[in-house]
Amino acid sequence: MTAALMLELRDLSKSFELHHQHGARLNVLRGLDLRLHAGECVVLSGPSGAGKSTLLRVIYANYRPSFGVVHVRHDDRWIDLAKATPHEVLDVRRRTLAYVSQFLRVIPRVPALDIVAEPLLQTGVDGPQARDRAGDLLRRLNVPERLWALPPSTFSGGEQQRVNIARGLIVRRPILLLDEPTASLDAENRDVVAQLLAEARAAGSAVLGIFHDEDMRDRVATRLFPMQALEAA
Amino acid sequence: MSALLQVRELSRHYGLRVGCEDVSFELHPGELLCIVGESGSGKSTLLNTVAAQLSPSSGSVRYRQRSGHWLELGALSEADRRRLAREEWGFVTQNPRDGLRLNVSAGANVAERLMALGMRNYSQLRHIARGWLERVEIDPSRIDDAPTSFSGGMQQRLQIARTLVTQPRLVFMDEPTAGLDVSVQARILDLLRRLVNELGLAAVMVTHDLAVARLLAARTIVMQGGRVVETGLTDQILDDPQHPYTQLLVSSVLTT
Repeated sequence: MTAALMLELRDLSKSFELHHQHGARLNVLRGLDLRLHAGECVVLSGPSGAGKSTLLRVIYANYRPSFGVVHVRHDDRWIDLAKATPHEVLDVRRRTLAYVSQFLRVIPRVPALDIVAEPLLQTGVDGPQARDRAGDLLRRLNVPERLWALPPSTFSGGEQQRVNIARGLIVRRPILLLDEPTASLDAENRDVVAQLLAEARAAGSAVLGIFHDEDMRDRVATRLFPMQALEAA
Repeated sequence: MSALLQVRELSRHYGLRVGCEDVSFELHPGELLCIVGESGSGKSTLLNTVAAQLSPSSGSVRYRQRSGHWLELGALSEADRRRLAREEWGFVTQNPRDGLRLNVSAGANVAERLMALGMRNYSQLRHIARGWLERVEIDPSRIDDAPTSFSGGMQQRLQIARTLVTQPRLVFMDEPTAGLDVSVQARILDLLRRLVNELGLAAVMVTHDLAVARLLAARTIVMQGGRVVETGLTDQILDDPQHPYTQLLVSSVLTT
């Protein structure tokens, strides 16, 4: 049996028009096609400026594509995120599409444990159960328990990154978009993340990510997707 | 999911001057929507017109009641509009002194809206008022003090308690954190964020602060010169603004 198609990009383009920079236009993606199946981990490769992060943000609907189709399998129907309403996008993000960036967006006064538990609460799981699960993940990622009750604004870069990964993975979502989630982690914690990703894939999630660290890339990738900067191409 | 509020082609003019022009949006239950723009962009006029505190020059506002029945606000009598504001809505003003009664105690400020709904039992009212003071992080021993003896941040938290005590279905907020110190702001934003989630409130909030919109609202409307220039997911608008005015707003924010 072949694995289910989870995400399909067709003829995707993205340009930024900067109205206050004399109408400058930056073409970042053009005519891009990509298919992502359940259980695989596709790693975007290419130099800085090739549009890798932009591509992940377009798929997450954080950026609006200029042209093309972003088809996501959501509850066994296909939604084109390029055309979806804001409420549809929010529902897709809640249940189908996870995005983990390099940086944790810190919320003043909210403890690490609650930041991690929040996406699970939003799916209707009750407080104590969500916090238990958040604690399990933080423990696995070696975030010391004495930090859980503190807002992560004072944490180190690596600690914040692990809180962010826990937040991104706490709800099992079928598609994971990862933008250098291990950039500030030591070898031991990169191992933990690689294991978590392997478990997510075994459970049927499809992963699309950026990993600059070659060792990490070799461990997690089932396939590379090469990209090049358009202006240089 | 069905909407709670439907605003269609709403305009409000002040003589020849445009307050807001041709604004349409929907609000769903449990959703917080931010309206952003500079001073004079028409966002407060829009909020007040939607909340039936100003009458529209044209267009309509429909609201779905607890019973499921749709009300056309323009067709309601003044008495019915007041009843709706008392029973199903709440309004938080920028200056807490406009939303509080300054000559009665903090406890009475919280209890007043409950009394307007018919609750008369003194010890019960006092019990609920105490609970709400704690919820907004005001020491309950201050229950008999007048709000004039409170700091600006405490007054704003008191106004929030006074507004939410009746568990409104829809809350309108006009710059609830403007004019407060940053640390005080953070506390109020965190409080609002928690209460909105816990109570499943729907809310429309006016703010000039894009960071507030990012923190609280899944969707945002950007206004300029009384018109909506951009609308959509808050993170999309802030990270990939399309309209020249939105690009200017976003690029003008100081980041630390």
